[in-house]
Amino acid sequence: MKNSQSSKLSDNARELGLLGFIVVLALLFQLRNPEFLTFSNLRDLLNNTAILGVLSVGMMMILLTGGIDLSIGATIAFSGMVTALTVSAYPTISPILSLAEGTLVGVVVGVIVGFLVAYCKILPIIASLGMMNIVRGLTYLVSKGKWVSAYQMSDGFKAISTGATLGISNLILIAIVIYVIFAYFLSSTRTGRYIYAVGSSPDTADVVGIPRKRILLLVYTTMGALAGLAGVLWVSRYASAQGDTAQGYEMSVIAAVVLGGVSVSGGRGKVIGIILGTILFGMLNNALPLINISPFWQQAIQGVVILLAVISNVLIKRNNDRMTLRRRAI
Amino acid sequence: MKRTIIAVAMIIAVMGMIVPASVFAADKPKFAIVFKNTGNPYGEKQLQGFKDGIQEQGYEAILRSPELPTAEAQIQIIEQLIAQRVASICIVGNDYDALQPVLTKASKAGIKVFSLDSSVNPASRLTHVNQADSEKIGQTLIKAAYDMTGGKGGEIAILSATSQASNQNIWIDFMKKELAKPQYASLKLVKIAYGDDLRDKSVSETEALLRSYPNLKVIIAPTTVGIAAAAKVITDKNLIGKVFITGLGLPSEMATYIENGACPYMFLWNPIDVGYLGAYVATALVNGKITGAVGEKFSAGRLGNYTITKAPDGGTEVLLGPPFKFDKSNIAEWKNVY
Amino acid sequence: MSERTLEIEKPRSLKNFFFQWEWFLIALFVIINIVNSLLSPYYFTADTFLSTPMNFLDKAFLVYPMMMIIVLGNIDVSVGSIIALSSVIMAVSYNAGLSMPLAMVLCLAVSTFCGFINGFLQAKFRELSSTIITISTQIIYRGIAYIILEDKAAGKFPTWFSFLGWGYIGKVPFIMIVFIVFTILFAILIHKTRFGRQLFAMGNNSTACRYSGIKTENMLISVSTIMGFMAGITALFLTSRMGSTRPNVATGYELDVIAMVVLGGVSTSGGKGRITGPLLSIFIIGFLNYGLGLFNISAQVLLIIIGALLIVAVMLQNLRFDKSGQKSGAKHVQLKR
Repeated sequence: MKNSQSSKLSDNARELGLLGFIVVLALLFQLRNPEFLTFSNLRDLLNNTAILGVLSVGMMMILLTGGIDLSIGATIAFSGMVTALTVSAYPTISPILSLAEGTLVGVVVGVIVGFLVAYCKILPIIASLGMMNIVRGLTYLVSKGKWVSAYQMSDGFKAISTGATLGISNLILIAIVIYVIFAYFLSSTRTGRYIYAVGSSPDTADVVGIPRKRILLLVYTTMGALAGLAGVLWVSRYASAQGDTAQGYEMSVIAAVVLGGVSVSGGRGKVIGIILGTILFGMLNNALPLINISPFWQQAIQGVVILLAVISNVLIKRNNDRMTLRRRAI
Repeated sequence: MKRTIIAVAMIIAVMGMIVPASVFAADKPKFAIVFKNTGNPYGEKQLQGFKDGIQEQGYEAILRSPELPTAEAQIQIIEQLIAQRVASICIVGNDYDALQPVLTKASKAGIKVFSLDSSVNPASRLTHVNQADSEKIGQTLIKAAYDMTGGKGGEIAILSATSQASNQNIWIDFMKKELAKPQYASLKLVKIAYGDDLRDKSVSETEALLRSYPNLKVIIAPTTVGIAAAAKVITDKNLIGKVFITGLGLPSEMATYIENGACPYMFLWNPIDVGYLGAYVATALVNGKITGAVGEKFSAGRLGNYTITKAPDGGTEVLLGPPFKFDKSNIAEWKNVY
Repeated sequence: MSERTLEIEKPRSLKNFFFQWEWFLIALFVIINIVNSLLSPYYFTADTFLSTPMNFLDKAFLVYPMMMIIVLGNIDVSVGSIIALSSVIMAVSYNAGLSMPLAMVLCLAVSTFCGFINGFLQAKFRELSSTIITISTQIIYRGIAYIILEDKAAGKFPTWFSFLGWGYIGKVPFIMIVFIVFTILFAILIHKTRFGRQLFAMGNNSTACRYSGIKTENMLISVSTIMGFMAGITALFLTSRMGSTRPNVATGYELDVIAMVVLGGVSTSGGKGRITGPLLSIFIIGFLNYGLGLFNISAQVLLIIIGALLIVAVMLQNLRFDKSGQKSGAKHVQLKR
């Protein structure tokens, strides 16, 4: 009895550790600026992090399979630009249709990346790097160097991100729905478990009969879909579509996911972990300007926090493993 | 067999060398302009204006922009232009000093080099085309902020682009000088925030400003991305009328916010005219009409006549004109132009 | 009873000889040059071939150490930040009074140390992939550069400093001479020393290496430290080219370098590769960029071309493996009856 209790604790040790880290950090920020832990600031924080959250679920699945996707920034920009151009040409289009359009654009990009990785055996970093360039170039071409501005977007379109349903902002609602769906999917469906299997041991997965290629294709397509969705949310939120939107954003997403304890070599990670990782990341972005840290220090501090978080992940896991061994050696 | 293939390859290579050399023709002079980065509508308009001005005079224009707004990328482009033996290079610099070596190389090759919009150091250029007097920009923006507080004064903040941007830093310096004057004693600059010209960062920096300084009255954002982001935040948080936004913005980006009152008025200049003026500076330099010295005069097509003046950094410059004010009365007309 | 001998020989056939990746690269290089010279009358001069590389050779110093890192199965995305930090420190210390030669030494010292830290972290925390470690250090190193120099630029170097990036010895650019020297050094290191062989062994199977006594931790640290040193060399030449520096220099360099290595046929799963491949791809990408620039191709089209080229190149590599059924450089065990 005692064993299973303590093993459950150690399983969740990483997530608990992260939660503790967040709480401590939040208290420190609050001390420096009491505006931090207010309802409206926290709401701003969640709003700003919602898009990151949507993306981190997709990136988590890719990292679980041992891959990576550097093209999501470009996909966000491309889907956002295409959707915005459509709305400015046909202002009466329904917002739901815009969301679908953006997601579809993302799916197309995701399918191509997935195909290159799964069936052409191109390494994910190369395939996504190449696609990143191609999709970014397409974004500039399709927009002819121009931006789509707020006055060209219908009110309905802008309300996608700024509106609220049932009192909760749409952005946060969408993020929550996505988290719930994928948390269930990853932990309780067969395909979800397959994703973990493919990442932790690809060769074994092949031998056991798991459809590895299809799983990989699925994972990259999903990431593409989520990036496409995020693109629509992004341009709706900021009421502007630019060619260089979300440039380099993929690094933020990867950082947030890894902060949440997902191993980059694949096979390990939980949705609750990335929720925490995303929140921590969002907290840094939100709080550092609030506590008047010189903007020139912000980047270094972010890097240090990420490094500390992943190292402590490792140290906790080493401790866990040692404890597990000790428990066995009765 | 192997040797045959190598031989064939070499023959093709040699042919490649001979053929084009014989096709050498004396072309019309080409005039190049290099902007900061691609996908920037403000830049595109400048390039458009330049192209119009050059083609109007019967020459060929080359328009280049790098993907990333870095000095290294511009150095590469300039090298390519030197190889193409262009007659002049108009540079919108990503860095004040870092382009000096390559621009010196261009000058030595006989190319007339001058800067536009974002200047390079006087040693790198013959002259500089400035869209508006930097000092006037600083003065105008501070006066606007003061007027928006109703003359009562209060806390103001600046939301800039990247910390490296030379234009913004020059304007901010002039703003600070202006704030030191006695008539603005009631205005207090509480913070300079950097939105890095990124939408999301500009939004979170604005939110942080509002949160940290609840008595903030005006945010000055002398950058097109920053001003639009700040205005959106004000709109979304229902702070129209309590916190005012002003600065330098694109009419297309700011139309919604001028109309709803988040930004009562803002300033800019017509980038098409800036590029157009640059085109005439280019041809005047190449045709020997001017050398870039103070006092020289030249004609700039539909814009009229200009005189070269002394620039604050020790070099010379040509000023387009005073900054243009956009408000409710004229925004509808301008939002479709740029 | 039939005689059975083990023949460890790659079947010699013309097909196999030409199917080597490097020939494809040479062909690509020739094609690019032909197209470039047809596009622009100014292209095919000695000056072009000698001077153009000055534009991209600064990045080239990173390619050899990156190749070593990739052969190990790792990656390093922090090189751009290392360049920025060491360049900034050099500029600031020179302007604070340090003599220029000493400032240059400091630049190399800082970059080597940064590389050492990368290696150290990877060795001590083997569970962490090089990806996440170098992503963090990428942010930290450049962050430190921002703390030091904030929004300013630093420069005003002595005039002789520009000789590094712009100077010639005779007709040959100085940077090219230095590059040739390093090429020879690295070629020897990677292909002719025990260190090099251990490198490939580790890339193929690091666990086996650890058990056979090869000091894998030292290997990781050495390779990363070398990467750091070469990043310092790049910093020297890049700063000399620009005459001044800022915290945001060398952004995106890491991806360009990785692309050059991968285009050169070095597999990212580790354990394979020859230095000639990356050497060729440096010039291919460099001249491709230059040539397209002569034709004033817009930046957006250039992006698409480079992206497509990368994908197609790797696809071809993969297809070739499947077709001939064996990996280049590997030995083919054949039972002969």
